[in-house]
Amino acid sequence: MSKPKVFEKPIGVKDYLPHAVAKMRKVERQALDCMSRWGYEQIVTPTMEFYDTVGVASSTSDQKLFKLLNNRGTTLVLRSDMTAPIARVVSSLLKETPFPLRLSYHANVFRAIEEEAGRDAEFYQTGVELVGDPSAEADAEVVALAIASLKAAGVERFKIAIGHVGFLNGLFEEALPGQPEAQESLKAFLLGRDYVGYREQLRSLSLTEPVQRELEGILRLRGGQEICDQAMQLSEDATAKSAIRHLCEIWDVLKAYGVCDHVLIDLTMIGDFSYYTGMTFEGYAADLGFPVVSGGRYDNLLTQFGRPAPATGFAIKTTRILELLDGEEEEQPERVLIGYDAKGRSEALAEAQRLRAQGAIVVTERIEAGDADGLKACREGFADVVTFIGGSKGEQAK
Amino acid sequence: MNGQQEILKVAMPKGRIYKQASKLFREAGLPIPVDFDDTRKLIIEVPEARMEFIMAKPVDVPTYVEYGVADIGIVGKDVLMEENKDVYELLDLGIAKCRMSVIGLPDWKPVINPRVATKYPNVASQYFRELGQQVEVIKLNGSIELAPLIGLADRIVDMVETGQTLKENGLVEMESIFGITSRLIANRVSYRMKNDQIQKLCDRLQATLAARV
Repeated sequence: MSKPKVFEKPIGVKDYLPHAVAKMRKVERQALDCMSRWGYEQIVTPTMEFYDTVGVASSTSDQKLFKLLNNRGTTLVLRSDMTAPIARVVSSLLKETPFPLRLSYHANVFRAIEEEAGRDAEFYQTGVELVGDPSAEADAEVVALAIASLKAAGVERFKIAIGHVGFLNGLFEEALPGQPEAQESLKAFLLGRDYVGYREQLRSLSLTEPVQRELEGILRLRGGQEICDQAMQLSEDATAKSAIRHLCEIWDVLKAYGVCDHVLIDLTMIGDFSYYTGMTFEGYAADLGFPVVSGGRYDNLLTQFGRPAPATGFAIKTTRILELLDGEEEEQPERVLIGYDAKGRSEALAEAQRLRAQGAIVVTERIEAGDADGLKACREGFADVVTFIGGSKGEQAK
Repeated sequence: MNGQQEILKVAMPKGRIYKQASKLFREAGLPIPVDFDDTRKLIIEVPEARMEFIMAKPVDVPTYVEYGVADIGIVGKDVLMEENKDVYELLDLGIAKCRMSVIGLPDWKPVINPRVATKYPNVASQYFRELGQQVEVIKLNGSIELAPLIGLADRIVDMVETGQTLKENGLVEMESIFGITSRLIANRVSYRMKNDQIQKLCDRLQATLAARV
């Protein structure tokens, strides 16, 4: 590659100009406020972690981690999510703190990217982890909180799809006992969202007609509570049945939260099988091509840090929400420009302090007596312009 | 969400696949115009079906769908394999049938520095990598058959429909890599946000396809 031009920056990273930052701060503040009202306390962890601890434990695939060496030659990673760092903190600094633990965060995370759509190398996530509670109530709580947080952040039209890895695990084990390769390949097609390949693979497996029909049928298991009833009929497998019962329970709790309008059950919605251990979910906003929130239960992660515990959580992709709110005008506090010369200085600066204390935004600018143009040049964007020149105060209408 | 059904945006591939795809849509009872070839319009609205058709270059269809500017699209498996986009592949439409193949001169013998010319560099390099062969992949944009004839490459990877072009140029199909048909694809978010519409369309197309056989 040729030497970059001075204004260039690496692919996938962004500058945020003032109007974007104002929006981003508002979105994150509203989401974090919402989380704190549900009893989640915010935590900050370092940007860099050891590759061998957090890097290996994270759900991000190895080639998507940003790796670097420190001055001792140890491999570090830029954090790719906040879940693994929080698991580390929960198992060390918070080791004595009893469960359940409710933690929230807002942080930039890093993913080395291939050329894929909508994938930034650095982006912001706002999320929570609920550690130490295996119940459906806990899963439902994080889903309900995800919904509340999206609403608080200003997202109006969205849907959350909930699935459960146990259902497919159980169903496939029942239909294809002792054929782990066949099971894996079917899961890989579902994970790759390739339904055509999934159907072709089913046909190639020489299954009995009812089993094949049943496994094809799961592609339609999407909707409300009725899906749970349908799924219950599909499998006798204990793992699958307990997964469905768990989902039904989550649904009941969500009904009590009064948020079922936003939720649909989708048993083909699967996350990374090696990471998620139970319920998984993803949130979609209208007019945005990519999911805005994802989460689920990951009961195996904390074991890797020496404090085995069930855990569930989610992360909102805050930077994506900004795209949705693009164009919405923010209400700004009043902006006042005060121009002054040497004689009016004390009075002008005192006035500025007084107005700032009242909550106004005040900019002061030294001008020379008679230099009306100097003030004119910088008055753009100010509601009021006040001058203290030659010892007398003057108001200028814009 | 709201009473009025939203507009479903469909990315259609211009050219070869379009005629067969639009015929299928019409058979499924969707009022899509017979031919857009005469018009230069890029966006065609069909308000009575709550649909909007975006006329795209075939290789761009998965991109429109991945970004969600089109909710669903129709595209050949060859493009899906090459572009590797994160979209739902919902239905095999069974149209525009052909295959991806390795092609060469009839007297081909292994060479020290094998070169393969193709419009599908990702497909080609993955195929030969999986075979454990090291080949130099050369990306061309058209008239791929020229490459072995003039000595740019000893083999090519390309789509074969009838084999007529190969025959006329004295080339032979050496191996078939995978079969190709057109697929119905959907955006990740649209598939959930407009699920009823997409599922209904899927069902109608599936029924039409079943009736065809």
